Amino acid sequence: MVFSGLAEKLQETFRKLKGKGRLTGEDVDEALKEVRRALLDADVNFKVVKDFQQRVKERAVGSDVLTSLTPGQQVVKIVHDELAGLMGGVQSKINLAPKPPTVVMMVGLQGGGKTTTSAKLANMLRKSGRRPLLVAADIYRPAAIKQLQVLGSQLDVPVFSMGDRNSPVDIARAALENAVTNNRDLVIIDTAGRLHVDDELMSELEAVKAAVKPHEILLVVDAMTGQVAVNVAETFNQRLGLDGVVLTKLDGDTRGGAALSIKAVTGCPIKFAGVGEKLDAIEPFHPDRMADRILGMGDVMTLIEKAQSNFDSEQMEKLNKKIRAADFTLEDFMQQIQEVKKLGPLQQIIGMIPGLGSAKKLKELGEIDDKELVYVEAIVKSMTPWERRHSHEISGSRKKRIARGSGTSVQEVNRLLKQFEQTKKMMKQFTDMEKNIKKGGKMGMNPLLGLGKKDLF
Amino acid sequence: MGLFSKLKESLTKTRQGFVEKIESLVTGRKAIDQELYDELEEILIQADVGADTALDLVEDLRKLVKERKVGDPEQLKPLLQELIAGIMGEETYAVNWGGPPTVILVVGVNGVGKTTTIGKLAHYFKENGQKVLLAAGDTFRAAAIDQLEIWANRTGVDIIKHHEGSDPAAVAFDALQAARARKIDVLIIDTAGRLHTKSNLMDELKKVGRVMSREVPGAPHEVLLVLDSTTGQNAISQAKLFGEATGVTGIVLTKLDGTAKGGVVIGIRKELDIPVKFIGIGEGIDDLRSYDAGDYVKALFN
Repeated sequence: MVFSGLAEKLQETFRKLKGKGRLTGEDVDEALKEVRRALLDADVNFKVVKDFQQRVKERAVGSDVLTSLTPGQQVVKIVHDELAGLMGGVQSKINLAPKPPTVVMMVGLQGGGKTTTSAKLANMLRKSGRRPLLVAADIYRPAAIKQLQVLGSQLDVPVFSMGDRNSPVDIARAALENAVTNNRDLVIIDTAGRLHVDDELMSELEAVKAAVKPHEILLVVDAMTGQVAVNVAETFNQRLGLDGVVLTKLDGDTRGGAALSIKAVTGCPIKFAGVGEKLDAIEPFHPDRMADRILGMGDVMTLIEKAQSNFDSEQMEKLNKKIRAADFTLEDFMQQIQEVKKLGPLQQIIGMIPGLGSAKKLKELGEIDDKELVYVEAIVKSMTPWERRHSHEISGSRKKRIARGSGTSVQEVNRLLKQFEQTKKMMKQFTDMEKNIKKGGKMGMNPLLGLGKKDLF
Repeated sequence: MGLFSKLKESLTKTRQGFVEKIESLVTGRKAIDQELYDELEEILIQADVGADTALDLVEDLRKLVKERKVGDPEQLKPLLQELIAGIMGEETYAVNWGGPPTVILVVGVNGVGKTTTIGKLAHYFKENGQKVLLAAGDTFRAAAIDQLEIWANRTGVDIIKHHEGSDPAAVAFDALQAARARKIDVLIIDTAGRLHTKSNLMDELKKVGRVMSREVPGAPHEVLLVLDSTTGQNAISQAKLFGEATGVTGIVLTKLDGTAKGGVVIGIRKELDIPVKFIGIGEGIDDLRSYDAGDYVKALFN
């Protein structure tokens, strides 16, 4: 990400306002300039930003600054709440038909990810007990049918196709009959994408809609879409009447302001988010997390959730005790690395930490590469148990042996040992900090969350 | 229809959004005031130019107005055109020829239109009388190889392919051997779409690049980043990270026939100095133009 977080900028803006008890119009205007830029940088549509600014201003002017917050935090809180509110509650459900089969129609522009998302949805809903049928109704893009067929066979979900010589309306109709005879209770129709200005395509989609009367029409939108997202969503909604939106490619570094624009102009809930290339990489959409992301505040909640579902809690407890007792060895270090690796690629994890989202800060940390972990593992594994426990007592000849054993050099072994010492030091600082916070009685409940929020301001 | 008029026609939608707004903004105004500048900034932002670049452009415009003592709002349009042309450059950016074969690597995130662009590029070079070979380096996405093969048949050029899941670097290697044996002029290598933030996938691209430079010195001579015109500010991050991994030498701006303005290329040119070399302006096989910055800006404004 090229831009640093809004929270950081607001911190600067409000440094001079410290100690103020009430927000004046001027204070808020100053802050809103930064909010405006953050939203525009995140590709929120210009008009939506304007409306939004107005709403925040109305709420913020004259509001009392909560005793626990600084004026900057107060504005961020209001902005965040408004954003999350605008994006709506969690509604990650598909409208089911009272009498099966349920028909879901996937629509969107070219390259948004309709075909992949169709397959992901089929996979997800099958896990919850549905019997999906995928329908290849994109007869224009070369090999689109083949793509859906390949995905279907990977998932072992049947794919209905009639080649590219029949009209999408006929294909959809025949698919519905096929679903009934084969006892399929969910039909997902993958349609052709084009530029929305193409009236011909819109008419075709309308015809498909009229023919099969879908229970759910989902618009698939690339999360990286710019200002034009508004026109796209508006046109599809006017012509077809959307039931929901799927935001794709959210696993990149886009802020995804398109989400806000779409919700604001269509009122349609964003139901799902595509977060990777694998066929299980789809998840329910979380409005509040998206609010954080648009504001460049990192995605602490996702990180914590990931950590909780992946970390072995008993081991964490043990580790915690060791850290507190400053009895942290290379063996534990190794174990910790294994745990972190479970969370996914390092870059992705770091992107979720508030304040570390910006590329500049990442550079300061040095190149972070998953491959480095492989070397680290090799080095530690080439040590004897005694060496792992007495890392500062490793002699030169031992280092040579370790380097040979791990296929690295003595310099690399030295670097690892140095890094390990620094990590130990850092951990000590963290535990001290935590103790202080607890003494202050403010944010004791979750050290990780506490640290994240505290670092924001 | 001449090249220019077709380009102009394709950009009509873009112009309607952009130029007409500016025109309706300046006509009937008596003086250049703050409100006018603000509205101008809005229009630029709505074209995905980006908040910072829009602000800079308006600031520069303000200076220019002062310098030249312009008082008539109608004069703003040519001035803004001049400023944008100054950033984008007036000249056309030719392909970096090398080899033979000239090796072109095509990269980009998922769904921007890489494979389609390659089909159009193949047609473009073939029309120029060059012998073209395609390499199906997208071995990841289901049916990507089939899609490129259909394009190869349409354009009547040869294709080198392996099967799905094979190593893209191996495909590139075989394609280079074949290109030399068949005395090919231009070899175009497709790659799987990947998000620029995935370091392992970017490393895979680097490897493809290494294999090529080992086989043909100086290859790839051209690394084209395909950008979707509907993309917003994230395009800057794409250009930056793909540039770091593969040394992007040019941009292909696709899907420009819609209402999308692709204004982010102005920011990319300014920040990263990567020129736009081609633009995709339609779904047909010959709807690819070599990009002329001057023409582009003129087409936007006239």
